[in-house]
Amino acid sequence: MALRKPPLYDVYAEDATFTEFGGWDMPVEFESIRAEHEAVRESVGIFDVSHMGEIVVSGPDATALMQRLTSNDVEALSPGASQYSTITEESGAIVDDTIVYRLPEEEDRFLFVPNAGHDEEAYRRWVDHRDEWDLDADVRNETDAWAMVAVQGPDAVETVDRAMDADVTPLSWGDMIETDVAGVRSYVSRTGYTGEDGFEILCPTDDIEPIWSAFAENCTPCGLGSRDTLRTEMGFLLSGQDFDPDTEPRNPYEAGIGWTVALDTDFVGRDALATVAEAGVEETFVGLVLRERGIARHGHEIVADGDVVGHVTSGTMSPTLGEPIALGYVPTSLSEPGTELSIAVRGQEKRAEIVPTPFIEDN
Amino acid sequence: MFEVPTDRKYQESHEYATTDGETATVGITDFAQDELGDVVFVELPAVGDEITHGEEFGVVESIKAVSDLYAPVSGTVTAVNEDLFDRPELVNEEPYGDGWMLEVEVGDDSEFDELLSADEYREQTD
Repeated sequence: MALRKPPLYDVYAEDATFTEFGGWDMPVEFESIRAEHEAVRESVGIFDVSHMGEIVVSGPDATALMQRLTSNDVEALSPGASQYSTITEESGAIVDDTIVYRLPEEEDRFLFVPNAGHDEEAYRRWVDHRDEWDLDADVRNETDAWAMVAVQGPDAVETVDRAMDADVTPLSWGDMIETDVAGVRSYVSRTGYTGEDGFEILCPTDDIEPIWSAFAENCTPCGLGSRDTLRTEMGFLLSGQDFDPDTEPRNPYEAGIGWTVALDTDFVGRDALATVAEAGVEETFVGLVLRERGIARHGHEIVADGDVVGHVTSGTMSPTLGEPIALGYVPTSLSEPGTELSIAVRGQEKRAEIVPTPFIEDN
Repeated sequence: MFEVPTDRKYQESHEYATTDGETATVGITDFAQDELGDVVFVELPAVGDEITHGEEFGVVESIKAVSDLYAPVSGTVTAVNEDLFDRPELVNEEPYGDGWMLEVEVGDDSEFDELLSADEYREQTD
């Protein structure tokens, strides 16, 4: 199957190297992952994240449909607010994680953002359940109609504020407004996946180029490589890697995001998750730092006293810390920070220690 | 355009070797370091270990990729660039200079002679 190309592809094709991700041909690196990472931690970077999905749900029963298919409490959202949430199976296993927006100045209109390559399955899930439950809601997969960029870093507020009509400084984390950015009507939300302050800007696919150009002067263009090191330093989950319904089935409690589960709402997976909440989890998502030279990678085994007790789901060299860091699952009894374990890096055991996440100071 | 100095020979898997007839110096090419991106870890054999032409002798890792290293020649390791353990970025900065990896005592030049010339290697990377 041909890869999907982001609308800015031709704009930066000469400047980036590319990788396949979730069925999309995306820039993985412009100048250097390390330089891009540092730009976001110290000044400001811009990412093309048009590979993320956009599903729009509207109509009289839109709230009910969203409530029944996501784990967080959609009723708590006022217009122009968003929440992190999960989509779960009846078993409680996470299918995908997502941001759910109640669109600005709209009571019955939601937009949620599934991960790259998950848009069609999310759309089908919503349509099938709407029909099964006979709800009055319109569901559209608008992934191809929307482009999205993320402007992230300590200088993001100043940079974004300069480019748009509205004042973005009063926005709280998760807030979204509709405004003009570089003359293009856009949704702007104070959200991101880097651990830094920043904004995500959604606009019609055909209008993204002036927005990218407006920021290109002041922002370091960043690819998926630094997006991954930035999120790993924060301990943020990557869909399809840190959880996956087929290869890494995990419920939100195991994955460390039990706070996205509103058990007082009724949603697919709720009953299974209520049981888990009651009983506790046998395995827990943790951060680890290697205390010997080496780099832990996805799939490496975590070992305690000679026994394999878990595995790494994400691992890299932290550009900020200069230390090899990893995320993975271990028995809850071994999940306390300070616990010493080892990680089998290509078959060689290296000493490692459980540490709290984020690995770096949280801004 | 990547640097491909003519004072050494190359292997398809992007390692180079120089030789004075007795000792070969081994590293990876400018093209290889650029493909890898920021190198963050290098694993090399110890002095006294034997390496064998065409077989793995170590690993180089960048932030985004893990890549095995293949020996361009056979012989006994006589020196290891331990600077790379603390400063793996030397592989990016000076792949043909301070980013070298091993010195190897080679038995004869026949393996070296069969490696690619700079022109042949450059053709492969174009």
